[in-house]
Order: sequence, then C-alpha cells, then structure tokens
Amino acid sequence: MADAAVHGHEHEDQRGFFTRWFMSTNHKDIGILYLLVGGLAGFISVAFTVYMRMELMEPGVQYMCLEGARMTAAAAGECTPNGHLWNVLITGHGILMMFFVVIPALFGGFGNYFMPLQIGAPDMAFPRLNNLSFWLYFAGTSLAVMSVFSPGGNGQLGSGVGWVLYPPLSTNEAGMSMDLAIFAVHLSGASSILGAINMITTFLNMRAPGMTLFKVPLFSWSIFVTAWLILLALPVLAGAITMLLTDRNFGTTFFDPAGGGDPVLYQHILWFFGHPEVYIVILPAFGIISHVIATFSKKPIFGYLPMVWALVAIGVLGFVVWAHHMYTVGMSLTQQSYFMLATMVIAVPTGVKIFSWIATMWGGSIEFKTPMLFAIGFVFMFTVGGVTGIVLSQAAVDRAYHDTYYVVAHFHYVMAIAAAFGIFAGCYFYIPKMTGRMYPEFLGKVHFWAFFIATNITFFPQHFLGRQGMPRRFIDYPEAFAYWNYWSSIGAFLSFASFLLFIGIMAYTVFAGRKINAANPWNEWADTLEWTLPSPPPEHTFEQLPKQSDWDKGTAH
Amino acid sequence: MAHEKNHDYHILNPSIWPFAGSVAAFAMLFGAVLWMHDSGPWLFLMGFVGVLYVMYAWWAETVAENQVGDHTPVVLIGLRYGFIMFIMSEVMFFAAWFWSFFKHALYPMQDYEGSTYVAPEFYHVNAFELPLINTLILLLSGCAVTWAHHALVHGGQRKDVEHGLLIAVLLGVLFTAFQAYEYNYLLTVKDWTFGGDKFFSNFFMATGFHGLHVIIGTIFLAICYFRVRKGHFTAESHMGFEAAAWYWHFVDVVWLFLFAAVYIWGVGASLPG
Repeated sequence: MADAAVHGHEHEDQRGFFTRWFMSTNHKDIGILYLLVGGLAGFISVAFTVYMRMELMEPGVQYMCLEGARMTAAAAGECTPNGHLWNVLITGHGILMMFFVVIPALFGGFGNYFMPLQIGAPDMAFPRLNNLSFWLYFAGTSLAVMSVFSPGGNGQLGSGVGWVLYPPLSTNEAGMSMDLAIFAVHLSGASSILGAINMITTFLNMRAPGMTLFKVPLFSWSIFVTAWLILLALPVLAGAITMLLTDRNFGTTFFDPAGGGDPVLYQHILWFFGHPEVYIVILPAFGIISHVIATFSKKPIFGYLPMVWALVAIGVLGFVVWAHHMYTVGMSLTQQSYFMLATMVIAVPTGVKIFSWIATMWGGSIEFKTPMLFAIGFVFMFTVGGVTGIVLSQAAVDRAYHDTYYVVAHFHYVMAIAAAFGIFAGCYFYIPKMTGRMYPEFLGKVHFWAFFIATNITFFPQHFLGRQGMPRRFIDYPEAFAYWNYWSSIGAFLSFASFLLFIGIMAYTVFAGRKINAANPWNEWADTLEWTLPSPPPEHTFEQLPKQSDWDKGTAH
Repeated sequence: MAHEKNHDYHILNPSIWPFAGSVAAFAMLFGAVLWMHDSGPWLFLMGFVGVLYVMYAWWAETVAENQVGDHTPVVLIGLRYGFIMFIMSEVMFFAAWFWSFFKHALYPMQDYEGSTYVAPEFYHVNAFELPLINTLILLLSGCAVTWAHHALVHGGQRKDVEHGLLIAVLLGVLFTAFQAYEYNYLLTVKDWTFGGDKFFSNFFMATGFHGLHVIIGTIFLAICYFRVRKGHFTAESHMGFEAAAWYWHFVDVVWLFLFAAVYIWGVGASLPG
C-alpha cells in the first residue's frame, strides 16, 4: 500500500525492557504478552494431556501409581492406581484451557493487537486498564499452576474435582489447592471483565471516521460480541465460586443439603456462565477465520450482514440454553424440552456462518497458504463437532451419551480443537504483520497436516468409544475399549509433536524468518486497516486517524 | 515527528500501577488462602494494603490527568461507557446471589422427596422496623445526591453541592452502622448464625455484599465531596461525580430488591413458623 507510511512513523523506541513489557500501555505489546503467556499455559496444559493419554493407551494403570508417577511403564514393580493424580491432571487441563489459554490467546492476544488496528483506533480506550487485565491474568495463571502443586485432597497435591468444580467434590476437597484454584478463577474473571469493558468501549467509541457499525470488520465484531458475553457471564461465575469458597471455609450451606442447600443450584449457576463461556472461546476464532477465508479465496466475505447478525444471535442464544449440560440431574420434562429446542435453534446462526464461509470459497481463486489450510480445517472440525452437538442436544439421546467419550469428542471438535485451529490460523496469518518476518511456508503446511491428521486420530475414535459406553473422567477402562483408546493416544502424541513443531516454526520466524517489507504480504483481499501499516507496526499507530478511503473498499460489507 | 496526532483520544504513558496492583492482588489472595488455612493474616493484610494503595495512587493520577485536560469529550464518553458496563457486571454479580436466594425460597430442600432436611426455627426480623428505616435512609441519601447533582448542573451554590454530598455520605455511614447493629443483634442477642443453614447463607452473603458496595459507594461520594471542595467539578464536566451518583443509585436499587425479596417476602415465605 502506497500510504503505508501515513499511519505510522519510524522512530527509535526509547523504552527500556521493564518499561516496555511491565508498565505497558500499548495494546500491541500487551497483545504479544497475552499470546506468549497463553502459549506457555497452553504448553503446560497440553503436556498434562499427553501424560493422560499415555496412561489411557493400554488398559490397566501403568504410569500414575501411588508408588510414584512414572514416565516409563518398564520401570515396573508394583503399581497401585493413583486416581487422585489423574483427577488433578484432568482438572488442571480443563481450568487452564478454559480460562488461561484460549480466551487470553484469542480475546486477549489477537483481540488486543488487531481490534484497535482494524477500527483505526490509536490504542485501547483504557490503556492502563488493559495492562491491569494482562497482569491480573498472569497472577491468576500463577495461582492456577500453584494450585496443582499445593496440598490438596487425599493427602496428595492438587485438586481433582473437574474444571466445573461441582460440589460436593469441590466443597469437600481438602487442603488449600482448591481455594487457590477458586481465587485463580476470580482473578482471571476480573481480568476478563475489565478487558471486556475496555474492548466494548474501544469498539463503540474509537472507530475511524466514517466507520459505522455495519462497516466494522468481522473480527472486530466477533471481539465485540465476545466482550458482551464476558461482561454478563463472568460475574455470575464469580458469585458461584464465591459461594463455593464460603461453603468450604466459612460454614455457609449454599450447596450442602444438610443445611438446606442444593448442589444442583451450583450446576445451574455454573452453566449459566459456562455455556456463554464456550462461545467466548469460539467467537473470536469465527472472526479470524472469516478474514482468512476471504483473503485466500480472493473474494469479499459472503453475506457480511448475516455474518454479523449470526454472531449476535449466537451470543444471545448462548445465555438461554445452559441446562442442556445437565439433562440427567433430574429436571422436569418441560424444562428438558425447552432447553432441547432452544439448543437446536443455535444450529441456525452457526449454519449461516458455515454456509457463508463455504459460499465465500465458492468460485474463489483459492490459495492454499497455511492460514487458509487452518481455516478450512476449522470449518471441517467445527462442522463435525456441530453435527454431534445436534445429536447431544436431544435430551433423550443424551441419556445414553451423557458423560461418555462421545461428549468428550464433541466438545473437543467443536470448541477446543476448532479454537486451536482458529489460533493457529491467526498466528500464521498475522505473524508477518506482528514481526515483519514470514514463516516458512513448507513447515507451516507440515504443521497443518500433522495437526489435522493427529487431532482427528485422537478424537474421532472417541465417538466410537462413547457409543460403546465408555465413561469419561476415568483413569482406567475394560479390555473392550482398548483398540480405539490405543489409536486415540497415538493421535495425541502426534499432535503434541506437531505442537512442538509449531513452537519451533514460531521461534524460527521471530528470530530468523525471511524479512518482508510489504505492509500487506498477502493480496488485495486482505483489505482491513491493519494491512495498511508497516510490518511490524511502529510503537504508535494511527496517530493520524485513517481516512475512509484507506479502508472502505465497498466490497467487505 | 513527521506527523502530528489529529485525534482527541487519551494515549497514556507507561505506568507501574497495573503491575503493582496485580502483584498486590496476588499477595492478597494467596495470603487469604494461607489465612483460611491457619497460617496467619499477614500476607493477606500486606496485599490488601498494597491493593488499597494502588487504587489511591492510580486514581489520584487519573484525577490529575483530568485536571490538566487530558479528558477530552470523546474520552469522557468512553469513561461513561466503561462505568455503565462496570455497573452492569456488578448487576450480574448480584444476579448469582438472588438466584441462590430465590431458588432456596421457592424450592426449599424440605419439599424434596426423600429429604431429611428440617428448616430451623429462628427469630424473624420485622421488615417494617429497622430494615424499613434503612430503606428510607438509603433513598434519602439518593435524594441528597440528586440535590447535589442538580445544584452542580444548574449552577447553584457550591455550598449546596457540598451539603448534598455531605448529607449523602453521612446517611450512607448511618446505613452501614445500622446494618452492623442489626448483624450484631441477630448474631449475639438472637439465635442467628453466619452459616449452618441456607437462609443464613443467603441472607448474610447477599446483604453483606450489598453492605460492601454501600461502603465503597460512600467512600466514592466522600471523595467527590473533597473534590467539590477543591473545585474539580464544573457544571459541564463532572464525570467522577456522575459515576459516583450512578453507583449510588445502583446500590439503592439492589437494596430495594433485597428489602422486597429477602426482608418482606423471604422471611415470611421461605421459613416455617
């Protein structure tokens, strides 16, 4: 772009290391911090799963022994199964992934870095508050990791209660580990709420001149809708876990039937937050995918307005379907019917999105660069997970599938792995912009195929296991489930290997990648404002607000 | 610089407060866990003081920025949006406590088939004694804030603004004092306990969190009082005052729901005898 220099100016960055990274009021630096810490927490969380899949590879317990956790089965001798360790790893994996990996990477990382750039804002509305969000998130992550290594239940370290923290497990778990986990979630919640306030205000108040609401790029829209979900859902969770905390430590009986309390109440409040939470996880990925697909199909996104309204509809519906997570707790048939129908309605706006992505690709001149591969992978994974979601939405069918591996397969496809595809697509799509260096295309493609094949080997067989009736959350299983568990574990190891490759590719790109000078390394269909800036963008961007002609191509919306 | 900025947004210099505040918050919460597990309150207290200090220092900086004119009209709109959303998140926080209250009041555990729970008999607060007085105190305090606001916006005497705020603050303190008296009376003279039953749990946590918000709101109004005396506010620009007033009304409304649901209806409906 010829006008690249207009929006940024090169000058020596005079901030010291501490000032730049610890006292930052710069949305781009804070976004990078989010991505780095999110990646680190992700690595810890993924490492947990590798160990869990090692244990599940064969029937019987070979690694997680009371005599001590082992890395090789050959170290044999007696092995008394250590279910607590298993539970701790499952809990840690869930809490880290839900609160400390995906939201920080997508909402905190890409949202911080690119939402202000896309709308032509010089920074966030509250730059200092932005940094508070990041450091509260960091403090929360520290508490969460400490929780795994603190005295907990069964005379061992850590809490093994599941990420949903259901009472009475969570209220009876001994030690300080559970309390640390609760406060970790409090901190992460405060961080997310402050971040959401910041994002919404920025979106509403700082758009470039002429950028009316329905001219805002889809990624920024997705961040805006996500922020509303965070703002309205997270405080409810804060209330619920505060009740847990006082039940544990101060003798209240919110969830203790002996004092008139009700554990099912916790499930309701938790899932009132929890269902919006899964959309909080996936919506920003929707935004990234929309840009990637439009760019590499060399077409404007199909159906901009329906795409925006689909985001909004998904956000609204997310608040009224929570009890489909709890069909088996003894709700009345009327309640189950309502939640079932409401849940199925969500297939409409998500269908709008999927078909619009496909229609964008239709007749396009598709360029299979790595981000595009991940975007197509996203659409595939999300669709598979969405279809099994329709199956699970039926209360009657859920009687059989509840708490089986079918559910595990479903939510990993639709939310976890789909979000991971969104993050990877974002990383490859935006790293030339963030670093001014291009990733190695061949290795990127290797990463994609390895990850795509590996995650499918991991999770597709889990549908079969679920249909055979294998319950989730157990350290061991009968001989009958051995075959597909073996394959699932192979897939998990392979996907861990591909994750290591990804870390290597990112490190290589940052330190030794091929330098690019272009503001826009892709093509003219990457037509949002961030692609008019130099790569990497200077410390301060849009000190002169962009002109409407810089971004309003009349095609994108 | 080759290009001067042509916008009114507020671009801030690097600041230590977010990092310091997070370190303090970490220490406070980790200290709270240690305290709950009998290791003494010291880390908690240090963290708590740290959090308070960071709040003071940070907001003092914000006020100073306001005074040198960094808060342009567009920045003020942003601050308004931000504060409204903060209140919305607070509303959702209270939603959790009301949810728990209504669940237990409408579907009490003793009605469940097979339940062996027997709701305890205990002293019933008469909603139309002290709680009603407290309601009036809080509403009157809201009126005083509105008086002060009116005086400020319509160019009234600075004295009126000061008096209105002072009355509001004093009434807020009086409310807190009455709540403390009520808690103490119920817990020591009557047979109430903090925990042990879901009604006590709901009562003390819901009214307790409301009380905490009253204290925060009172401090907020008190700060506005001192800022008025320093001449920080004008008829056109008084964002801090507006935020405090909004917050105070939010606290009012939560109380009205508590009064209607917990005191008038709840004590009668959810309890036997």
